Amino acid sequence: MATKILLEHANVPGIKTYDVYRQNGGYRSVEKALKGMTPDEVVEEVKTSGLRGRGGAGFPTGMKWSFIDKKSGKPRHLVCNADESEPGTFKDRYLMEYIPHLLIEGMITSSYALGCNLSYIYIRGEYMWVYRILEKAIKEAYAAGWLGKNILGTGWDLDLHVHCGAGAYICGEETALIESLEGKRGNPRIKPPFPAISGLWANPTVVNNVESISAVPWIINNTGAEYAKIGVGRSTGTKLFSVSGHVKNPGVYEIDMGMTVDEFMNSDQYLGGMMNDRPLKGLIPGGSSVPILPSHLIFKTAAGEDRLMTYESLADGGFATGSSLGSGGFIVYNDTACIVRNTWNFSRFYHHESCGQCSPCREGTGWMEKVLHRIENGHGREEDIDLLWDIQRKIEGNTICPLGDAAAWPVAAAIRHFRDEFEYHVRFPEKIKNRDHFVAEPFEKVKHLVAKQVV
Amino acid sequence: MEISNAKQVINIDAALTARIDELLSHYPADKRKSALLPVLHEVQDAHDNWLSIELQDKVAEILGIKPIEVYEVVSFYTMYNQKPIGKYMFEFCRTSCCALRGAEDLMDYTCNKLGIKEGETTPDGQFTVVGVECLGACGYAPMLQLGDYYKEHLTKEKVDALIDDCRAGKVDLHKLTITE
Amino acid sequence: MKVTIDGQEIDVEPGTTILQAARMIGGESVPPAMCYYSKLKGSGGKCRCCLVEVSKGSEADPRPMPKLMASCVTGVMDGMEVKSISSERVVDARKSVTEFLLINHPLDCPVCDQAGECDLQNLSFKHGAAKTRFIEEKRTFEPENIGDKIQLHMNRCILCYRCVMTADQLTDNRVHGVLNRGDHSQISTAISKAIDNEFSGNMIDVCPVGALTDKTFRFKQRVWFNKPYNAHRDCDKCCGKTTLWMFGNEIQRVTARKDVYHEVEEFICNECRFDHKDPADWVIEGPRKFEKDSVINQNNYTRQIEPVKIETEHNILLGRDQDRKKISMPAVPLKREEAEIYKEGNV
Repeated sequence: MATKILLEHANVPGIKTYDVYRQNGGYRSVEKALKGMTPDEVVEEVKTSGLRGRGGAGFPTGMKWSFIDKKSGKPRHLVCNADESEPGTFKDRYLMEYIPHLLIEGMITSSYALGCNLSYIYIRGEYMWVYRILEKAIKEAYAAGWLGKNILGTGWDLDLHVHCGAGAYICGEETALIESLEGKRGNPRIKPPFPAISGLWANPTVVNNVESISAVPWIINNTGAEYAKIGVGRSTGTKLFSVSGHVKNPGVYEIDMGMTVDEFMNSDQYLGGMMNDRPLKGLIPGGSSVPILPSHLIFKTAAGEDRLMTYESLADGGFATGSSLGSGGFIVYNDTACIVRNTWNFSRFYHHESCGQCSPCREGTGWMEKVLHRIENGHGREEDIDLLWDIQRKIEGNTICPLGDAAAWPVAAAIRHFRDEFEYHVRFPEKIKNRDHFVAEPFEKVKHLVAKQVV
Repeated sequence: MEISNAKQVINIDAALTARIDELLSHYPADKRKSALLPVLHEVQDAHDNWLSIELQDKVAEILGIKPIEVYEVVSFYTMYNQKPIGKYMFEFCRTSCCALRGAEDLMDYTCNKLGIKEGETTPDGQFTVVGVECLGACGYAPMLQLGDYYKEHLTKEKVDALIDDCRAGKVDLHKLTITE
Repeated sequence: MKVTIDGQEIDVEPGTTILQAARMIGGESVPPAMCYYSKLKGSGGKCRCCLVEVSKGSEADPRPMPKLMASCVTGVMDGMEVKSISSERVVDARKSVTEFLLINHPLDCPVCDQAGECDLQNLSFKHGAAKTRFIEEKRTFEPENIGDKIQLHMNRCILCYRCVMTADQLTDNRVHGVLNRGDHSQISTAISKAIDNEFSGNMIDVCPVGALTDKTFRFKQRVWFNKPYNAHRDCDKCCGKTTLWMFGNEIQRVTARKDVYHEVEEFICNECRFDHKDPADWVIEGPRKFEKDSVINQNNYTRQIEPVKIETEHNILLGRDQDRKKISMPAVPLKREEAEIYKEGNV
């Protein structure tokens, strides 16, 4: 279960440079596509592969491509979303930092499929050194004739540039990203129209995640059918997981879809189990926005089946007992972590990152943060827990873009699975005075206090 | 919006102009505004890492857009500084994954060592410490951003050494060698 | 195209939004709109007050839409069925949005010049809760002077973006915009620049709340004590058609004419708005009518009002015994027979 598609050559010395990348079979997909395939055949191949968007939503990439408006005759653009900012997620950075040419190759092949002549990679501003790496790699690709005019003598031109953001999580939302690329504030647009009809400068535009684009060269070289053979059901191929938190070996891993969560967590080849062998308390499998799973729902679903690393299995049970694969940001919590503090931390993040355009998100994220801050600091009231539940409920689904949902879900899941911890904070304020309150005295040891208390 | 009254010497020299022109060449000729974010980064880097209103007006003039369009953007994105900051800005990530691995303690340690609070600058103008949201280094926590680069797997000792290096003038914020 | 809103069917042109269709039907089904403004391109979608439930997508694709939709930016489809006031989800969402808009909004209606013609007041009246659940300190902004004609009161702003669009679409040099982000977003010029443009005054009219008010009218009058008249003058800059807000023979304020959704019929220039406060400058057409439940009708002059004459005898002010009895001050208890007389009304 260890096919390497994206990270196959990640450890080859000098793979960052064009020459080494080319010697290792780089840019073959461009040759194959441009010389032997029509753009529509490339799209079909990606459709066959079953590749789903790796940015979080999991929408089939090939289908997204087929929506692009070719009839209007307007110039089309492919924009790579490298504005990776979801807490817990750092896989795209790994790809771009270590194998920049893989993304560039993917961009060329994908731009060919979509019929674009001007494409961009939008990278978050904080990844400034990666921006420079990509700039350098793009220059090398121009010099070697993979970009520019009349590529491989086919008459097809492509310009590719890297554009940097400047610190705004919201620019990972595709229409906010487009606004930002136009030199504006990152306010998400009202949809419809969708970018496939009217995106960058009102031209038809496709926005894809770095990992999705980087999978395209392999799919073209080895066929979509081969890609679809890897994985389980509708979760095909390999997926990068960014692992952080209380595990022995945090980092970026490429695994076949369908591995069990148990194997991924506990085998020495991957995470190697819990840091300092402390008990596992919770897991966020797909980045900060997706619901946290309590320990009894991590390795098994509510129905008692093995939880697998797939879109479907991680979501099994809906939000009541499941979560979501999201962007693959795998955050592990041991018993010293405070769920209330962690939820407050996320709320602060979403409050800080809300663009402020629509009322439920602008006002609601700030409100949630204030209430959670009060509870975490010993000033919570019993009714605050229900108030929080009500605020998140009122944000969810009522906003322009998914940031509102992303802010609401972690709060909902924390209350759903860890309500007693909130009650403990409200009822025993003197016990949670220090921010590391569960380090000396994990919640399991004091849990009985909450049960005894009659309110 | 924060408006600083501090004076800033504006110097758009030949090298910077050339770089701006290069960035502008990445966009269609009638879409100069699109270059705003990258241009602001370059201009800020060349001006002690902050953007006065006068400098923002200058950028508006270069791109042929209204000054308010620049103010709107500068105040939206966190990486643009609207007032003078320390030469070395330590931006500690304090979002969940880093917090789990001791980022808050480490930031407190750094602040105490430098004798400042979070968000403040040392009186000599050398150091600023700020807490920021997720920088995408969750697996390498705790970490901080300094200039164009990340410093990861931090410990108190590493922070000490970093501060010493800064004081000794050994740290170049924008031209650290990229290891191949 | 046929669309049904709360069971009422209407035929509309393709490209019509749900909100526009609802306005054609009128009545209770019309969703409230705090940010949408039909005369401003690109407005709408932000405040989320006008969310509706689409229970049937169209004839071709009858599936219901899973999320509530912003009716102001959602186009109708043939056969679409929409629930506005008849949906519990919708009513709940409106209550939610109202609560969100109010948590940081100051409680200064008693001294706000917009009071009486404020969309947020109307929204709270309809969908607001009696009690606040927000116990934190409200967000405030530093005051900013944006010139001698327009008063900016940022604490009241709900960030509808209408004024920014007005400046973009009506004037040639926008100097104000939305700065900062999240719940610290604010309308500002950044550098306290005076907003001075022939059409800048329209920002006041499009503002749904008291964030932008007329400085020349500041604290002059409660709007319901003014008598609004339609009037016009020959103007080379704008249509010259306005509403004059009179107190006696004094013009206290000039605005554009607003329709039942509080949208201006036509934008007016600053000269008409600010520089012609002499009734002789205007041709007064007659009283301006307002919707039935508007507080402005409190001062209804369209029907004859009987003058009330209060007759006061001079001596009453001297405190005569018989007058004291009339008002029966408890400090001066009446004797039993006096009380009898008083009861019978024979004073």
